[in-house]
Amino acid sequence: MLVAGLALGACSSAGRFDDTNAVDLNSAAGMAGTAQDPASPMYFQQTIGDRVLFAVDQSTLSPTAMATLDGQAQWLMTNVEYNAVIEGHADEQGTREYNLALGARRANSVLEYLSSKGVSPARMKVVSYGKERPLEICSDESCYAKNRRAVTVISAVPTS
Amino acid sequence: MMKHVLSLLVALVILGLPAAAQERSGPLRIEITEGVIEPLPYAVPDFVADSAAAGDFGRNIARVVASDLSGTGLFREIPADAHIARVTSFSSPVQFADWKAINAQALITGGVSVDDAGKLVVRFRLYDVFAGQEMGQGLQLVGTTDGWRRIAHKVADQVYTRLTGESPYFDSRVVFVAETGPKDARQKRLAIMDYDGANVSYLTDAASIVLAPRFSPTGDRVLYTSYESGFPRIYVLDVASAGRRVLQSQDGTMSFAPRFAPDGRTVVYSLTSGGNTDLYAMDIGSGQSRRLTRAPSIETAPSFSPDGSRIVFESDRSGTPQLYIMPAGGGEAQRISFGQGRYGTPVWSPRGDLIAFTKQSKGRFHIGVMRTDGSEERLLTASFLDEGPTWSPNGRVIMFTRETQGAQGRASLYSVDITGRNLRQVPTETGASDPSWSPLQK
Repeated sequence: MLVAGLALGACSSAGRFDDTNAVDLNSAAGMAGTAQDPASPMYFQQTIGDRVLFAVDQSTLSPTAMATLDGQAQWLMTNVEYNAVIEGHADEQGTREYNLALGARRANSVLEYLSSKGVSPARMKVVSYGKERPLEICSDESCYAKNRRAVTVISAVPTS
Repeated sequence: MMKHVLSLLVALVILGLPAAAQERSGPLRIEITEGVIEPLPYAVPDFVADSAAAGDFGRNIARVVASDLSGTGLFREIPADAHIARVTSFSSPVQFADWKAINAQALITGGVSVDDAGKLVVRFRLYDVFAGQEMGQGLQLVGTTDGWRRIAHKVADQVYTRLTGESPYFDSRVVFVAETGPKDARQKRLAIMDYDGANVSYLTDAASIVLAPRFSPTGDRVLYTSYESGFPRIYVLDVASAGRRVLQSQDGTMSFAPRFAPDGRTVVYSLTSGGNTDLYAMDIGSGQSRRLTRAPSIETAPSFSPDGSRIVFESDRSGTPQLYIMPAGGGEAQRISFGQGRYGTPVWSPRGDLIAFTKQSKGRFHIGVMRTDGSEERLLTASFLDEGPTWSPNGRVIMFTRETQGAQGRASLYSVDITGRNLRQVPTETGASDPSWSPLQK
C-alpha cells in the first residue's frame, strides 16, 4: 500500500524539473539524503540515474540503458530496505490503449533486466502510465525522446 | 448529484383536420446519402406558451430543437426575423402561403403549458409546407420542468425521423473524461452530459487518473479504468447513484480497455501480465474471467459486434498495430486492416455494418470507417491527434477526441457525420477526451 501511495504521489508531483525527483523527498518515509551519500535515494536518482529511455515503439534496452540498470541493480541489492515500482511511459504518438500496453512492455523490460542481475522480483512492481504522464510537453522528438521512458521509483519497505 | 430521473410520457394528440391538402408528388423527405449537400430549409417559431408559468420554455424548447436539427448539417433554419406569419396559437390554422414565401419546406409548431401537477406539457406538429399538410400526427410530451431539454430533444428526434426515415439520436448522453491542468500534470475526472454538451455533471473526483469510460448497452452503467489503487484497474459505475466497484483483478497485473458485450453482463478487456497484454472476458456478476487471446503481441481495444458473436480488436502481432476480428469466445482471428499506417481503437457500429477506427499515418491521425471485411476504408478526419471514436445511437455520427499540438495542447470532443461532412466541436467547459455515446434514452 505504501509503495503504491508513494508511486502515485511521486507521479503527480513529478513536475517539469530536468533532474526529476521521482521520489517525494519531503515525505515522512525517511527518503532524504544527498547525491553524495551512496545509500540515499537521491544518489539512486541522480548519480546512478532512475530512468532509461527507449526508441520509438520499442521496449528493448540500449547499451546505455543497461549500464544505468546495472547501477540500479547493484544499489537495490545493497539497499534492501527499499522496494521499487517501475513506471513505463510512452510519448503521445499513439492511441491511449496501445501506449498503455507499450509502457507495460518497457517497464517489464526493466524488471526482467534487474531481476537477471539478481534483484528479487518480489521487491519490484510494474505500472504503465502510457501517454498519461509526459515529462516534457512539446510535440516534437526532443520531448518525445525523454517521454519514452521507464522510471524506477524506490520507496522504503514499510516496517510493521 | 444526479437529477436525470425523468419519465417522459408520450401520447398522441388528436386535433382538428389538417388544412386543405395540395397535390404533390411524394412526401417531404430528405435522403441521407453521399449526395446530400444542400440542407433542407425549415422554420421552428417559438412554441406558444399558454400561461405565464410556461414562461420561457416555449422559446427555449424551440431553440434546442433548432440546434439539434441544424447541428446535423442536413437542415437549415430560416431565422425568426425572416418569418412573415406569426404563430400565436398552437391550434390556429397554418398560413402555408407565408411559409412558402420564405421557402420554409418544413414547419414545426408547438405549444407549451405547465399542468396542475407542475409538469411541463409540450405539444408539437410538423408540416410539409409545399404540400400544405401535416406530416405524421401531432405529439404531446409530458415531463418535469427540469427535464425541458430532454423534451426538446424528443421533439427534434421525432422531426428528424419523420424527415429522414432514420432512427434518431438527440435524446442521448455522453460520458467522457473532463481534463484540467497542464499537460504534464493533467487532472482527469469522469463526467456525463447531454450529447450536445448541456447538463454536465461529474462522476468522480480528480484524485486518480481515469480513462476511457464506456456505457453499458442500456446506459445504466459505465465501465472505466482508474489508477485509484496505484495500478490501472477496471471499475463499474452505476450512473444513477454514481456508486462504483472495482472488478476482480490479480495483484501484479494491469487491466484496462474494458467494453460491455451486448448482453450487459460480459466485459471484454485487456489484461497485462509480465509485460504482455492479451484479451480476456469476464462475467461481471460472478467475476469469473476467461482468456481470449494468447500471444506475445499487444492485444487491446476490443469491441463487440452488435449481435455479440464477434469481437474486433487491435493487435501488433504483424509488427504494427492492425485490426482483427475473432469469434466472441476467442479463436482464430482475421486481419481486416491492410492500408498504409497503424490502426487502433476499432468500434463496431450499432448497425453492424461498419467499424470506426483511429489511424496513424505519415505523422497524422485520422478517424475512419471501413466495412467489417476491411473494404471501403474511408478517412473522415485528419489532425495532429484524433482518436477514440464512439458511435451515435443510430450509427450516423461519430464523436471522438481531438488533441492539439504542443506544450499548450488541449483535448476536445468533436463529431463528424459518417459521410465525412459536418465536423463540429462539442462544447465543453473543460478539456475533454474519451467520449462514449449512450444509447437513445427511453
